[in-house]
Amino acid sequence: MDTAESNPNLKKVQVQRYKPEEDPENHYLNAEKGIWSWLTTLDHKRIGILYLISITFFFFVGGLMALMIRTELWTPTKTFIQAHTYNELFTLHGSIMIFLFLVPSVPAALGNFILPVQLGAKDVAFPRLNLLSYYLYITGAGIVIWAILSGGVDTGWTFYTPYSIQTSTAVTIMTFGVFVIGFSSILTGVNFITTIHKMRAPGMTWGKISLFTWSLYATSIMQILATPVLAITLALVAMERIMHVGIFDPALGGDPLLYEHMFWFYSHPAVYIMIVPGFGVVSEVITTFSKKHIFGYWAIALSSLAISLISFLVWGHHMFVSGQSAMASMVFSFLTFLVGIPTGIKMFNWAATLYKGSIKLESPLLYIFGFFFLFLVGGITGIVLASIALDVHLHDTYYVVAHFHFVMVGGMVMAFLAGLHYWWPKITGKMYNEKLARFTCVMIFIGFNVTFLPQFIMGAQGMPRRYFNYIEQFQPFHQVSTIGAYILGLGFFTVFLYLVKSLFTGEKAPANPWGSRGLEFQVPSPVPAHNFDHIPVIVHGPYDYHKPMEEFQLGLAEFGNGHGETVDPDIKTGSKEIKAE
Amino acid sequence: MNELSKLFLPPDKSTVAHHYDSLFWFVHISGLILVVGLLAVIVYFVIKYHRSSEDEVTPVIKGDNKLEITWSVIPLIFVLIVFGWGYKLYMQEQTVPDDAYEVHVTGQQWSWGFDYANGAHSQKELHVPAGRPVKLVMTSKDVIHSFYVPSFRLKQDVLPNRYTSLWFNAPDTGRYQIFCAEYCGTGHSQMLGTVVVQKPQDFQTWLAKNKGGASNSNLKPAELGKQIYNQYACSTCHSTDGSKKTGPSWKGLFGSKVQLSSGKTVTADSAYIHESIIHPNAKVVKGFQPVMPNFQGQFDDNQINAIIEYIKTLK
Amino acid sequence: MANHSTATSHADFVQHHFVTADQQFDSAKLGMWVFLVTEILFFGGLFTAYTVLRMTHPDLFAEASTELDTLWGTVNTLVLIGSSLTVAMAIKSAQLNQTKNIAINLGITIVLAFIFLMIKYFNWMHHFSLGIYPGTAYSFTGIDDPHASIFFSLYYLMTGLHGIHVVVGIGVMTWLLVKSLKGQFHSEYYTPLEIGGLYWHLVDIIWIFLYPLFYLIH
Repeated sequence: MDTAESNPNLKKVQVQRYKPEEDPENHYLNAEKGIWSWLTTLDHKRIGILYLISITFFFFVGGLMALMIRTELWTPTKTFIQAHTYNELFTLHGSIMIFLFLVPSVPAALGNFILPVQLGAKDVAFPRLNLLSYYLYITGAGIVIWAILSGGVDTGWTFYTPYSIQTSTAVTIMTFGVFVIGFSSILTGVNFITTIHKMRAPGMTWGKISLFTWSLYATSIMQILATPVLAITLALVAMERIMHVGIFDPALGGDPLLYEHMFWFYSHPAVYIMIVPGFGVVSEVITTFSKKHIFGYWAIALSSLAISLISFLVWGHHMFVSGQSAMASMVFSFLTFLVGIPTGIKMFNWAATLYKGSIKLESPLLYIFGFFFLFLVGGITGIVLASIALDVHLHDTYYVVAHFHFVMVGGMVMAFLAGLHYWWPKITGKMYNEKLARFTCVMIFIGFNVTFLPQFIMGAQGMPRRYFNYIEQFQPFHQVSTIGAYILGLGFFTVFLYLVKSLFTGEKAPANPWGSRGLEFQVPSPVPAHNFDHIPVIVHGPYDYHKPMEEFQLGLAEFGNGHGETVDPDIKTGSKEIKAE
Repeated sequence: MNELSKLFLPPDKSTVAHHYDSLFWFVHISGLILVVGLLAVIVYFVIKYHRSSEDEVTPVIKGDNKLEITWSVIPLIFVLIVFGWGYKLYMQEQTVPDDAYEVHVTGQQWSWGFDYANGAHSQKELHVPAGRPVKLVMTSKDVIHSFYVPSFRLKQDVLPNRYTSLWFNAPDTGRYQIFCAEYCGTGHSQMLGTVVVQKPQDFQTWLAKNKGGASNSNLKPAELGKQIYNQYACSTCHSTDGSKKTGPSWKGLFGSKVQLSSGKTVTADSAYIHESIIHPNAKVVKGFQPVMPNFQGQFDDNQINAIIEYIKTLK
Repeated sequence: MANHSTATSHADFVQHHFVTADQQFDSAKLGMWVFLVTEILFFGGLFTAYTVLRMTHPDLFAEASTELDTLWGTVNTLVLIGSSLTVAMAIKSAQLNQTKNIAINLGITIVLAFIFLMIKYFNWMHHFSLGIYPGTAYSFTGIDDPHASIFFSLYYLMTGLHGIHVVVGIGVMTWLLVKSLKGQFHSEYYTPLEIGGLYWHLVDIIWIFLYPLFYLIH
């Protein structure tokens, strides 16, 4: 093996161990005081918290709408609201959950916080752009609320033309709101790509970055390529409504199928934008709680990039019965089957990671197992829908509704909750009630299945989606589903309650409550204002559980005190040579 | 297998449906095996490799290329099989037999209209002969709809300014549900219909009886009006028993005072009803949405008169 | 407590979270390139709509294109290319520490950008006077096609969106001009010039695609 003496390209660096302080007096939460310091912060950690609060708020707004929808569906005819109100509710439920919750959830709330720390950086590449992203999100959200107050929207979150052009509801305002939120997403993508490329600590090669980082990288690529297309598509819908330009309206010589193609060109990658960060969380939690190296690091990392690429080639599977050509449908179907393979590869690699591990079933891992079952079912039903022939019967039925809730809620939300629990001690410096967390995880799992399993069956029997009224034979399924929805809602609300309670009464969290080798767990809980008081030096990857913890806490021995003066380091005796692999 | 099929799928009532169900079950059963298998492995690992002490050391297993290839190639083969099978079935669905009987379908907010080769017309009910290929040529008058018959396992979007088509062969007589499967506004879930599959001679009889549409001169005006009320699905939005639906009830309507959304009050006389049919949004009743479809050009004066006469009988 | 853990002292133009000036410059460039990719996708949607509509209305597009003034379209193209040149010269001046020339080149860029907008303004006003408006306001009778307004609606949408980007570019150039007059750019630091220049080149390139698609259809 080359040493620094034999190979001039290798560098010998003198490093020192920086053990994280327990129960630090100064950290990012108390570095600056007052609400103004929060609203004008450039600290990626505070911006992450702002996002977390905002997405939580909108999750519950969207969730409330879901409960109203399910309550209305208790009886086959009108239960307590009008058809028009019902149509607005499912439109807003979808739009809010997708644009104001799912898309930003892991990247903006957790990623903003954790990514720079995992990379050994002091912040993202563009902190001011980061704050701008947040304010674009808030502005867009405000415009969406304005749309709701202006009478709401009743087109479905898909805004299909020509109905979206003809309806008198607040479509123009709504599309403007989504347009603005889209730019929040795009700028976050720009920030993350640059950060991952340029801000890694010394020694952190591409083979040593965390799989969470890889997932954010793959997600950011999709965000920057897909979201602008949604933005222009919705802008054109607005132009069509205001000026009747005739691009999508067949009466004016336009093409409604063009709209569908442009819309789904974004919205298919969008579903991967939503789930891939969740995949990143799975890798982190499975390795930490089985104290074992990930099985198939490069398989998982590269499969995320494969998904990024192939996700752009499958949008037509939302349009099999739309009137697009048979040839197009066949190509899209074939590619859709292919895009399932990288995801399958991940699942097998995660399962293999557990083999001969040292597994502790703490709440983050429990949420991940919930993810496993639910996402697997959701994914298989995606394979069903990828077949054109099978999709013809199932398209626009509750089977599709069940499929996407399994992958988005059963998959993504479970992964998000896993990540939230996993990094909660790091973010807040507090531990939550572990027993309650496990209990609630099981409650959510049960509630979820009761809500959505019946929907597969009634979908296969022909129950169409977006139906205010339905024929009597479907009532038992709807009623079971509604009961499940209330259990699920209660579960989510319980999570909110015990996490908030932990802020006030939780035990103080150690720097590394889980024994993780991740870089973010080698700094104090809560994180210091500038993340690191040294430049970290990376010799191992984040899954090298066979290496001693000290070797993950190394930093440059030379350091300055911030005013251009070099200070003599206090080098500990008994240092040894470590070869970075 | 059949019992299971009955729980999950409607009875298969087209020649294609049976093949559909085979593929459906193949993919679902395979999927179930995968889910149960993978979960069993995980549960086994969780139990067997439960952490016994915090000092436990795990072996360094970074990967295994052979395993990686195996679990990439086997799923790939599986999906290729599913793709191939589905492709064959799809091509069958796309290839219309030469002797198919054509019916024109018009979707509009919120009902289905059917026009037959001999000039017959029906609204809401699609009559077809059993055991013979039928081709539907479809278009929409307004927004995108979708023609869906779960029992046939068939669906096709219906677009404005464009024609799409769908063919099927229904061997058994019976009545089968039609749904609109593309969200199209307030009345989307009301846009129902029925496929009435008849024995060929019954179908011919029905065709002859309904030739020339709803204008059957043997009926008295009020009876003709009632037939139109049913055939053109006015019942979707207008009740005859006083209950409020998407539109006002016809019971007691004629001659009554009606308050409009503009604030004005008018009398529901013949002129008012005539205008409501051909310019529905000219006068919208207070408390209702301006969503009534426009029937201008669909009815001649004789038919409109018949509708008015029918309404007069609803006291 | 040390929070700048680097042996080299930070120049005041290097932001706190960067270790070296090079890292900052490289990051800014990468960030801007990634952003430009998003702009290409953004306009790409419109180019896609153009492609589809032109394929379904080929004769309309050919005929309607003759209503556009090719001479002024060509002038505008040269104006924009010229402004890209002056932006590149401004960056070169910074690299050579010719601080006065930075401001001069930026100034010329801004003037050229204004000329572009003015020509576009007069173009549009002329079209309006003939009744060529977007969408249903279209009242021009010179083209025998019921969907004639589609071509012009696309024209207004695409050159309009491009025009908005030119206006933003003028804002960016002005801000850079102010900073350069304050002497903030020199051979050690000209990052904002570099990334502002990249943005401006994109605005130019988009026009270079718009120009033949609208003005040069045969």
